[in-house]
Amino acid sequence: MEVFVQTLVAGVLKGGLYALIGIGMTLIMGVMGIINLAHGQMMMVAMYLTYVLFHYLGIDPYMALFVSMPSLFLLGMFIQRFLLNPLMKVESILPENQVLMTVGIAMVLTEIARFIFTSNYLSVQTSYSTKAWYVGEISFSAALCVAFAFAALLSAGLFGFLVKTDLGRSIRAVSQDNEAAQLMGIDSERIKIITMGIGAALVAAAGTLLLPIYYLFPDIGGPFTRKAFVITILGGLGSTVGAIFGGVTLGLAEAFGATYIGMDYEDMVGLIIFILVLLFLPGGFKRLTKV
Amino acid sequence: MLQVDGIDVCYGDLQVLWDVSLRVGAGEIVVLLGANGAGKTTTIKTVSSLLKPAKGTVTFQGTRLDAVPSHKIIEYGVAHVPEGRRLFPDMTVEENLMVGSLRGEAKSRRSRTMDWVFEIFPRLKERRRQPAGTLSGGEQQMAAIGRGLMSLPKLLMFDEPSLGLSPILVADIFRIVELINKQGMTVLLVEQNVKHTLNMCDRAYVLENGRVALSGTGREFLDNDHVKEAYLGI
Ligand SMILES: Nc1ncnc2c1ncn2[C@@H]1O[C@H](COP(=O)(O)OP(=O)(O)OP(=O)(O)O)[C@@H](O)[C@H]1O
Ligand SMILES: [Mg+2]
Repeated sequence: MEVFVQTLVAGVLKGGLYALIGIGMTLIMGVMGIINLAHGQMMMVAMYLTYVLFHYLGIDPYMALFVSMPSLFLLGMFIQRFLLNPLMKVESILPENQVLMTVGIAMVLTEIARFIFTSNYLSVQTSYSTKAWYVGEISFSAALCVAFAFAALLSAGLFGFLVKTDLGRSIRAVSQDNEAAQLMGIDSERIKIITMGIGAALVAAAGTLLLPIYYLFPDIGGPFTRKAFVITILGGLGSTVGAIFGGVTLGLAEAFGATYIGMDYEDMVGLIIFILVLLFLPGGFKRLTKV
Repeated sequence: MLQVDGIDVCYGDLQVLWDVSLRVGAGEIVVLLGANGAGKTTTIKTVSSLLKPAKGTVTFQGTRLDAVPSHKIIEYGVAHVPEGRRLFPDMTVEENLMVGSLRGEAKSRRSRTMDWVFEIFPRLKERRRQPAGTLSGGEQQMAAIGRGLMSLPKLLMFDEPSLGLSPILVADIFRIVELINKQGMTVLLVEQNVKHTLNMCDRAYVLENGRVALSGTGREFLDNDHVKEAYLGI
């Protein structure tokens, strides 16, 4: 029973971070109509940024959020403005080919990281990296709890923004009907730039929050892009609320997989869930081809 | 007020409009008639700059609209209520109306305009918190018109607002179009509902296979044998 509850706690806490990764991907998916296969690599950039701030300047990862999020917001906007939007203007290029561009961007980011930092594993050791709180026999990793709290706060903030502000409503309008949105005076190219920025900033937060309890190497982006993809599919492509559900589901699946099947099978359980969802809940896939 | 001058419009290599010209004067109701596929939607989409003419110009109060990006059209005072309503389905009625008033003066007068829209369509007020995608067809049309009104346009273009509505609702919608016109908005109405619209319009154009085949006042049309035969079935 204790093992079960402990696994549940670990899964939910990790799920909070996954939700943060998935929400960004989902937002981009909704507005752009494409999946961003550089999502995990953007997170990797934020992690290296956090590492540099910690290692060379002694800045705590939680403070580094205030650097990594705005930096990735700018990087996301840059990528959309100069690499993805120009593709949309060429009629002979199918929208799907933007996905190929994101794959290219992912490779470039990874290789730049390898060039600067080599392929070595890096990590950030803080006072709270291994700290835990106990409720009875159940341990709550301090870093994961803080990460979960930040994730909840950022998600709530994002929802408030999407529902309560004109800019947020414009983002939703573009994702629901791009042409009608233009008729309402919404510049959808600008909205796409901003949305990519927000998605990048959210995944940056996840990366920065994860670093104190994780390790870092250039190829770490790939697995997280896959996780983001799984979460987005689990949540029913394009639904931000669904992404939270998807994130927690994946967190739980991995935790239970690791506990009851074996550490090495953690990722496999996630992917099995992914395939099951594709087989039995394929409805979400329609959204991919719609735009 | 609006002047469309000799436009040719193509989808890729396929040309669908040839030398289409039409004029809408301030305060008028002008109807654009035509069979399915005649090019009515294409024409007003070109006015909204969603499509660019290969030849010819679109001028609104001295501004070349064909040189303006589509998302700026509304700032010049042109609103387009598109074919098929095209509401934002997961947003509430109220949110849809808000998105109609994002620009300029319309934004600062949002709540007053919304009260006015709710006065015209009391039904929308009841359904204000309902997602637009779950409204009935008639309610969706009301919401689409309301969203168009929210920008306080000078020219309001409707693309087949009567499509799929019951006769009573159709009469209602046309009554409201006339009401809106009386309150000072100019109207360009795309319709297939010939009888109704010819009675209320100032002038009309008929498109056939992408060309203007006929134009004149509503009265002239009602007396025209070709129109009677082709569109009124008498
Ligand atoms: N996106 C498109 N790509 C290619 N051809 C198109 C496209 N949209 C419309 N057409 C063609 O252009 C012609 C005119 O279409 P349009 O939608 O303007 O007609 P319409 O008069 O509005 O018809 P309806 O009354 O059925 O709405 C049609 O032959 C149509 O097949
Ligand atoms: Mg049409």
